[in-house]
Amino acid sequence: MKTLLSTRRLVKRFGGVHAVDHVDLSLEGGKITALIGPNGSGKTTLINVVTGMLAIDGGDIVIDSVRLQRIRPSDVASYGITRTFQNLRLIQQMSVLDNILLVLTERNIWGALFEQHTKFHLATAEEILKKVGLWEKRNENAESLSYGQRKLLEIARAVSMEARIYFFDEPFAGLFPEMVRIVSGIIRELRASGAAVVLVEHDMLLVRELADYCYVLDSGKVIAEGTPEHVLKQQNVVEAYLGK
Amino acid sequence: MEYLIHIAVLACIYGILGISLNLVMGETGLISVTHAAFYGLGAYAVAFLLVGFGINFFLATLAGMILASGVAFAIGVVFLRLKEVYYVLGTVGSNVILFSVLLNWNSVTRGPLGIGGIPRPEIFGFRFSENEAFLLLVLAAVAITYAISVLITRSSFGRVLNAIREDEDVVSVFGYSVYHYKLVIFTIGAAFAALAGAFLASYLTYISPFSFTVVESIFILSIVVLGGLGSGRGALIAAGILVITPEALRFVGFTPDIAAQMRQVLYGLILILLMLYRPQGLLGRFRI
Repeated sequence: MKTLLSTRRLVKRFGGVHAVDHVDLSLEGGKITALIGPNGSGKTTLINVVTGMLAIDGGDIVIDSVRLQRIRPSDVASYGITRTFQNLRLIQQMSVLDNILLVLTERNIWGALFEQHTKFHLATAEEILKKVGLWEKRNENAESLSYGQRKLLEIARAVSMEARIYFFDEPFAGLFPEMVRIVSGIIRELRASGAAVVLVEHDMLLVRELADYCYVLDSGKVIAEGTPEHVLKQQNVVEAYLGK
Repeated sequence: MEYLIHIAVLACIYGILGISLNLVMGETGLISVTHAAFYGLGAYAVAFLLVGFGINFFLATLAGMILASGVAFAIGVVFLRLKEVYYVLGTVGSNVILFSVLLNWNSVTRGPLGIGGIPRPEIFGFRFSENEAFLLLVLAAVAITYAISVLITRSSFGRVLNAIREDEDVVSVFGYSVYHYKLVIFTIGAAFAALAGAFLASYLTYISPFSFTVVESIFILSIVVLGGLGSGRGALIAAGILVITPEALRFVGFTPDIAAQMRQVLYGLILILLMLYRPQGLLGRFRI
């Protein structure tokens, strides 16, 4: 499979702390890549750097063979990248439907001024909201949903982007089993469509079940990589989670 | 009756200011303390072009709107990239600078003396000399401003503005150039503030810089807060309330001097009570 995005010696520092420390990562289309590691190991920071929310302090990101040393948040979508957030970041005072339409409609300012939304946008939003069971709640504000529903809405919003690379930051945390089943199904569908899916997850059963490849981070460094079966047996990975 | 029409005209002018600032502050979350300066640019453009060159009111108004948009664009280019507090301080500074220009550029603005003798609007030989006729004209301007604001807020553009109001970083990640969206709405808002200024100049037939101070910007801001963030209708109602209520002070025994001072107290009190008991304002869609 083709590599859609890779990082080379990527660095992010906060003061003297290397939150991302010379990380090499390769994301292939049609594969689910898990990013695992204990809390504070740099997983979310890595996603924030790759999606332009934090500046790169060293190394580069390669997308479609183009080397980037600076990536702006507003350019991320044009590279075919989208994401969810560990701490949900929906537009809370906006309806469920508008949260989805926001990512479907015109990006160009002048186009957006003269467009409300088309039947196509509405049909796409209906399809995705029905998939996550939120169509009936389309007119409610996002803030009125339960935590699990908000999580599903954020995943639905990311999926609506029809991107090539998806970063899901702890998408299963706090979900009921039925919701976990829905999200797992969506992630598998994205893999089948040829997208590269990055999954930050603490539930190792889900990692084993879904991931094709796995990177283990600790203190900002990649300490192991390979298939989940392979890396989860390694002594240094066990020690990173449980201590020596 | 004449007095009531006078109050209604002023309420309409402040209604236009409220609706236009609501686009910037209510819909997009950009607190702007420079709206009175754009209002003043519209007023001075009309006064200068009508008194100095005898240009038609409507063309002069258009020129005022373009001038205010241009100045807003320049201010926006400088300050809209800044984080919120710095941006707000930048808008305060802009109002102070533009006020100083109006106050000191004697050859154009006649400084503190102001410009008098501004004619009323005229179209196809009909002059809006009577206040009743002027009220109808300014009502039409309110209707057009309101309709345009509704079209903006119901468009995809309006949806993006609402999202920027809550979380601009997230909006960026989904492919929108937040800075350019802010710049466009800031510029549009200034154009409509200038429209209000054009009507003020022509209605009063006299303007001076002291109508366009930072205090006036705060008054316009309080219209939006009272009306409720994201509500054009709320801004209209609030403009009516804030124009009419101080007038009522005249009828409860305050002398005109004291009534004028009491206005400031009243506006401050309304803002404090709103923050305490109804932060979303009268018809607000969003919380502050």
